[in-house]
Amino acid sequence: MDVFWEPFTFAFFRNGLLVATMAGALCGLIGTYVVLRSMSFIGHGLSHAIFGGFVASSLIGVNYLLGAGLWGLASALAIGAVTRRRPIGSDAAIGVITTASFAIGLVLGDVFRGPRESFDAALFGSILGVSGRDVASVAAVTVAAVAVVFFGYRRLLFTTFDPDVAAASGVRTTRVDALLMLVLATSILVTLKVVGVTLLAATLVIPAAVARMMTNSFSRMLWLATGIGALCGFVGMILSYHLNWKSGPTIVLVGTVLFCLALTFGGRRGRSRVDHLGHVG
Amino acid sequence: MSDALVRFEDVSFGYGHHLVLEGVSLEFGPGCFVGVVGPSGSGKTTLLRLLVGAVRPTSGCVQLRPGLRVAYVPQVETVNWNFPVTVGEVLAMAQLSKRRLPWRSAEERRAIEAMLERLGLGGLADRHIRALSGGQQQRVFLARALIGSPDLLLMDEPTSGVDVRTRHEILHLLEELNAGGTAMLLTTHDLNGIAAHLPHLVCMNRRVLGQGPPAAVLTPAVLEATYGARMDVLSHAGMPVVVDAELQRPRKVS
Repeated sequence: MDVFWEPFTFAFFRNGLLVATMAGALCGLIGTYVVLRSMSFIGHGLSHAIFGGFVASSLIGVNYLLGAGLWGLASALAIGAVTRRRPIGSDAAIGVITTASFAIGLVLGDVFRGPRESFDAALFGSILGVSGRDVASVAAVTVAAVAVVFFGYRRLLFTTFDPDVAAASGVRTTRVDALLMLVLATSILVTLKVVGVTLLAATLVIPAAVARMMTNSFSRMLWLATGIGALCGFVGMILSYHLNWKSGPTIVLVGTVLFCLALTFGGRRGRSRVDHLGHVG
Repeated sequence: MSDALVRFEDVSFGYGHHLVLEGVSLEFGPGCFVGVVGPSGSGKTTLLRLLVGAVRPTSGCVQLRPGLRVAYVPQVETVNWNFPVTVGEVLAMAQLSKRRLPWRSAEERRAIEAMLERLGLGGLADRHIRALSGGQQQRVFLARALIGSPDLLLMDEPTSGVDVRTRHEILHLLEELNAGGTAMLLTTHDLNGIAAHLPHLVCMNRRVLGQGPPAAVLTPAVLEATYGARMDVLSHAGMPVVVDAELQRPRKVS
């Protein structure tokens, strides 16, 4: 039993566990909308785009939340501009711009020899780099996201399910969409260090997909996905310590095990429910 | 704008260079019950989308009476039936009062139950939308539209994909709602089953080619201009019945 409690004596682990649990819940909550709106590719791309900004801001000594945030915003604007001029479709624009941004981050890290551990943490997730400030950032974004979902519940649901009719009924759908994108982007930004860029899309998609297999009700899916995400973060982080694995992959693997269990025991009905969910690019 | 609920003034709309509507001028008053008919791609759905503000006219203007409550029932083919949502949740999402809490108040729950009862959907609030019959699915979206007590109800193909009995049920329900004061504007491909039963029709194919009571509008000349195909119009129990002239020609049997 002492072996189980041992990591809790370390402040870095307690911080990491807290952040991973909150990040899991946050990704599960937002992931429900991401999956139902078939926006998985955007979440995937956005996390990759932000990595470029993360490396650049680390190299020039700017707060990474600010630097990566601005970089992510610039990437989103670039995607919008390319799509509007229509030389290529939005999927292709996201693919080109976000992977280019990711590649810039990798090259910058190699050329200027920045802090390797920090970049690895951003790529694959780590609990070692989690500071008290990171805990506060994730907590703040989680509270904000819960508030947005709680107070905007009906408008978010209406816009996600039926945007045209929502607009006709007086919902400002453009504003709702922008708010959701903002919450998604800030969620990715603050969970980057724990889960890692390469695995973030999975933490957005897996809890929502498992929850979808378990219910046909939107409200139940929302809270189930949040709980499943938190559970994956909590269990994944503990396993990560004991097995000496990176936190990001361990969290994703716990989620994958849950997904397989739901797929196996959910029967044909459970499987049919996830037939048309969004895909990860 | 007199007492009209909505007015289209020389409205044109296009996607890129392709014009879907051209010079459309229409006016609908309180209590109207109007069917819009025309072939696929004739601009029927666009007419409704202009009214709900989903698209804006390229030229001309669409006027709605100030404070007009408009509700829209989309084509059931456009609904995502895999979305995790129950009948009760579909109706609740349209209850957009100042209440910001996710759960429904006792009053809202009562309103939903009453609406479901009224439309013959009592006891189905916890059922997933895919687990309903075609007619029930159509009525769920009608119920969602009605929960906001609209002055004008817009429906895109409300009877597409339903059987004859369900079509009758829906038509009678719409007549009942209209008698209660709700103005109706619907699009339909069903000339004999729906359009011929409505008090007012608009025939269009990018432009308005005829409007008025079915007997005045469903004529071979207007139908040929609208559909680009020859059609004959018979009379049955005082109502026009449209038949495809091509189908009446004797065919060679090989």
